[in-house]
Amino acid sequence: MLKIARGHVEEIISHARADHPDEACGVIIGAAGSDQPTRLVRMINADRSPTFFRFDPQEQFRLYQEMDANDEEIVVVYHSHTMTEAFPSRTDIDLAAEPQAHYLLVSTARSGTQDGPVEVRSYRILDGVVTEEEIEITE
Amino acid sequence: MAVEVRIPTILRTFTGGAKAVRGDGATLQDVIDDIEARHPGLKERLVEENGLRRFVNVYVNDEDVRFGGGLDTPTADGDVVVVLPAVAGG
Repeated sequence: MLKIARGHVEEIISHARADHPDEACGVIIGAAGSDQPTRLVRMINADRSPTFFRFDPQEQFRLYQEMDANDEEIVVVYHSHTMTEAFPSRTDIDLAAEPQAHYLLVSTARSGTQDGPVEVRSYRILDGVVTEEEIEITE
Repeated sequence: MAVEVRIPTILRTFTGGAKAVRGDGATLQDVIDDIEARHPGLKERLVEENGLRRFVNVYVNDEDVRFGGGLDTPTADGDVVVVLPAVAGG
């Protein structure tokens, strides 16, 4: 189960709408081993694509340095799907490389950049196996 | 002294859980070959026939080697190599 603050969910939806129709991506980091997402960082989608995302390698390295210095890790990796449902694509599954992370997907397929229905779902992806999990939103 | 290679979580199965291992070599390629001798299987996760794997980022002393010498990037005692799997998907 993923426990996540309402403010973080709102921030992720806002990011996804802002970048629609391109995919938006980012992380929530937290203390190493805590499984508690505390600080959200929007990341650049270096591919600026409606069908693909990749963290900018320089920005990812700076994030790594910060986390290393503070004994933090990636607790949530989020990204949006802008044309399809909030379920991991084949590429998402093949490239998932953060075994400790919750993979949060947001779909803006129905409402685009506007207010309206968005789908938010969370998964574990380990060795090619996707397991959906509950999301508990905390205030 | 040697080169310190930081190993991401997903590859620590090859290092007995170690976050960093030491390697020797005058280039990144040599260092990878050296650590492969003690941690078999690691190399295949980092490189393929034509160089670094596309979804693996490697930094030598804070510089992304993809924009430098790639596997031929020189290394020396005290250098730090960081391996980060790309965060990517579709």
